[in-house]
Amino acid sequence: MTYTKRYDGRKHDEMRQMEAKINVVKNADGSAMFKFGDTIALAVVYGPKILHPQHMQNPRKGILRVNYDMLSFSVPERKKPGPSRRSQEVSKVTEWALNSVVDLESYPNTVVDVHIMILQANAGTRCAGINAAALALASAGIPMKEMISAVAVGKIDETLIVDLIKEEEDYEDGEGATDIPIAFLAKSGEVALFQLDGRITPAELKEVVKIGRKACKEIYEVQKKALKHMEEK
Amino acid sequence: MFREQENNEIIEESDSIQIDEHKKREIAIPGEKIVSGKDFLPGDGARREGEDIVASKYGLADISGRLVKVIPLSGAYIPRPGNVVIGRVTDVTFNGWLMDLKAPYSSFLPVSEVSRFVKGDLTEYYDIGDMIVVKIDNVKSKGIDLTAKLRGLGKLERGMIVFINSNKVPRVIGREGSMINLIKQETNCDIVVGQNGIVWIKGEKVEDELKAKDAILFVVSKSYVEGLTEKVEKYFREKRNS
Amino acid sequence: MEISNVTKKRIKEYLAEDKRFDGRKPFDFRDIKIEFGVSKNAEGSAKVTMGNTVVVAGVKIETAEPYTDHEEEGTLITTAELLPLSSPRFESGPPSIESIELARIIDRGIRESGFIDFHKLCIKKGEKVFGILLDIFSLNDDGNLLDAAGIAAISALKVAKMPKYDEKEDVISYGEFTSKGLPITEKTPLAMTFHKIGNKIIIDPTREEEETSEARITLALFKNKDKKDGVMITASQKGNDATFKIEELEEIFEKAKEKFKELNETIEEQVK
Repeated sequence: MTYTKRYDGRKHDEMRQMEAKINVVKNADGSAMFKFGDTIALAVVYGPKILHPQHMQNPRKGILRVNYDMLSFSVPERKKPGPSRRSQEVSKVTEWALNSVVDLESYPNTVVDVHIMILQANAGTRCAGINAAALALASAGIPMKEMISAVAVGKIDETLIVDLIKEEEDYEDGEGATDIPIAFLAKSGEVALFQLDGRITPAELKEVVKIGRKACKEIYEVQKKALKHMEEK
Repeated sequence: MFREQENNEIIEESDSIQIDEHKKREIAIPGEKIVSGKDFLPGDGARREGEDIVASKYGLADISGRLVKVIPLSGAYIPRPGNVVIGRVTDVTFNGWLMDLKAPYSSFLPVSEVSRFVKGDLTEYYDIGDMIVVKIDNVKSKGIDLTAKLRGLGKLERGMIVFINSNKVPRVIGREGSMINLIKQETNCDIVVGQNGIVWIKGEKVEDELKAKDAILFVVSKSYVEGLTEKVEKYFREKRNS
Repeated sequence: MEISNVTKKRIKEYLAEDKRFDGRKPFDFRDIKIEFGVSKNAEGSAKVTMGNTVVVAGVKIETAEPYTDHEEEGTLITTAELLPLSSPRFESGPPSIESIELARIIDRGIRESGFIDFHKLCIKKGEKVFGILLDIFSLNDDGNLLDAAGIAAISALKVAKMPKYDEKEDVISYGEFTSKGLPITEKTPLAMTFHKIGNKIIIDPTREEEETSEARITLALFKNKDKKDGVMITASQKGNDATFKIEELEEIFEKAKEKFKELNETIEEQVK
C-alpha cells in the first residue's frame, strides 16, 4: 500500500470542509451554492415555466432540463466556454439523479431549468453540483419527495477514501485512482447516481459505497442547515 | 376600492390560514417528518408515509387542527381558476390578446371576454406592454383562459408595477385586507395586488408610489416574522418622523 | 417579465425631475463591491457587484504564437458569456450579439489604452509569446452588465500572477504561481455607459431603466497625467435605435471625465 496518508492530512473517511447557502442569485426562482473544500458549485433554477418548442412538452408531467458547465477559469487548464462532451454527460446523469426526487406531475407541459455552474474546481464537481441543485430546487418550491446528496468516493492504490481531491484523482502509482461519484436519496438511502472510473474489486466497492452512504448523511445535515437558515431573498 | 375588494374575497376563502401572523411555524424539508399520528390529514405540500405526515415541498409547515400543509416560501406562481391577476400583453392576434402572467402556461384573453370591445383595431384597446387586470376562467395545460368581463377588471392606466413572489401575496393583503389597506392609507395610493405577485400602485406623485412599493417590499422581507402589522405601523411612524 | 408601459412612463416622468426610483440622481453609480481571487485556479479573478448586478471575470495565461504583424507582443483574447442562470432573458446556445459586443468593447478598451505592456509578454520574437485569456461571465443581471464587466476585467488582470513557466521545455505548470504579476501599467481603462431616456441622460441603469433606455453610448477612459484633461478616451460604442444630439454627446464627453475620476477612486480604494 503506497497511499496511506492523504495529501491534505484527512482520515480516509473524512470529508473536506463543506458550506452551503441558498438564495444566492436574485433573479432566479431558486438558487444555491455548495462547497466541498475548494470545489464550489452554483445551481440556479428557473421554472416551472412554458416549454418551447411544443413538441418537447410532456403532457403527463413537467420536464427537468439540466445544464452543467464550468467557468473557463475554474480549472487549472482553461476550459473553452461552451458545452463539452464531458459537461453534456454530466448534465444527463445529473438530470436522471434529480428526476428521482422531483415530482413534476402537477405541471404538465412545462419545464424546470436547472443550471449548474462550477465556479472553482478541485474534484467532486458533479457531486457538488447535485448537492447545490437539490437545494436550489427545494428553494424554488419545486415538489420533491425528499432531498438528494452526492459525494465522490474512491480508491487510491489500495486505500478506500471519501471526497477525493484532484491530486488523488491523478494518482498513478500502484493500482492508481478509482473515482466513484454516488448520489443517495437522503431518507430512503436509495442510489440515484452511480459512476465509476478505475480498478476496484466488488468487495472493495461494497465497502466504499457504505463509506459514501455515511458521508452523504453528513452532507445532508449541511444541506438541511442551509434550508433552515431563514434569510429572505 | 372595488378591484381590491374582489381580491379580498378570494383571499379570505382559501388563504386566511396563511396570514395568521402570530403562529409559530417550523421549516419543512422535503422528505422529513412534520408530525406523527393517524389523525392528521396531509394537505398541500404534504403526504402520508405510514404513521407520519411528511413534507413534499420546502416551506413552512402549517398544522391547523388535523390538516397539515406546507406553505411555500418562494417559487413560481401556480395559476388557479378564479384568481384575479395582473398580466402583460405580449401579442395581439385577430381575436384577442396573448398575455404573460408569469405563469408556466401561456394565457389568452379573447375579445369576447372584454365587454368594452366594440369593433376595430384591437391594439386601440389593449396594446403590447399594457398591464391588464384579468380573472382566470380555466387552467388547461394547453393554456389559461382569461376574462376581463367583470367590473374592476381591465387595463391599468398610469402608476407603476412592482413584482413580488406570489407566495407572499396573502401577507401583503393581510387578514381581510388589513395590511394592504394600511399601506394604501399611509401612502394615499390605489393598489391592486394580483394573485400572481404582480402589483400595481397608483398615487398622485411618484414619491407616494415609491413609498408604497418600499412598504410592500418591507412586508415581503419580513413575511415570516410574527406581529408584522405592528412592525409595519412602526415602519410608517418612523418614516413620518424622519 | 418585460417592462410594462406604465412603469416606463413613470420612469420617464420621474427622470424629467432628475429623480430615479432607487433615490439616485441621474449620474450616480450604485454601490460597487469588488472581491478578488474568487476562483483559485485562475491566474487572476474578480467578482464585481453593482447594486444587484453581479459579474465575474477570470484570467488564464497560455503560451501562443504572436500575430505576424505584432511579432514581439503578447496576445489578448476576451470572451463574455451572458449566462442563462443570470437572467430568464438569456437563452442557452451560441454567444448572443449582446455578449459578443460586450466582450469586444471591453477588449478594445484594454487593448487601446496601453494598460497591458504587451511587449513584456514576449518570450521569443516571432515564435513564442504569452497569451492572456480573459473570460467574463454574468451571475445576476440587474442592468449595466457592461460597466460591471469592465471593472471585473481590469480587477482580474490587476491581481493576476504569472504561472511557473519552463522556457526550455515550453511548459506552463498551472497551479504553481509565481509572485510576478502581469505587465500592467497605470493606464487602467474603465468603461461607462450613458443611456438616453427621453431628454435625460443617466448612467448605471437598473434593468428596468435599461429597458426604458432609447439609446446608449459606452466610453472607456483611462488616466493620462500628461494630458490637460487628465484622461483619454480609448474606446466608444453607441448602441440601440434612437439617436443622440451633438449637444448631448458633448455633455456626455464632459460628464465622462468627471465620473471616470470618481469611479477610478472607488476602484483604487478597493484594489488596495
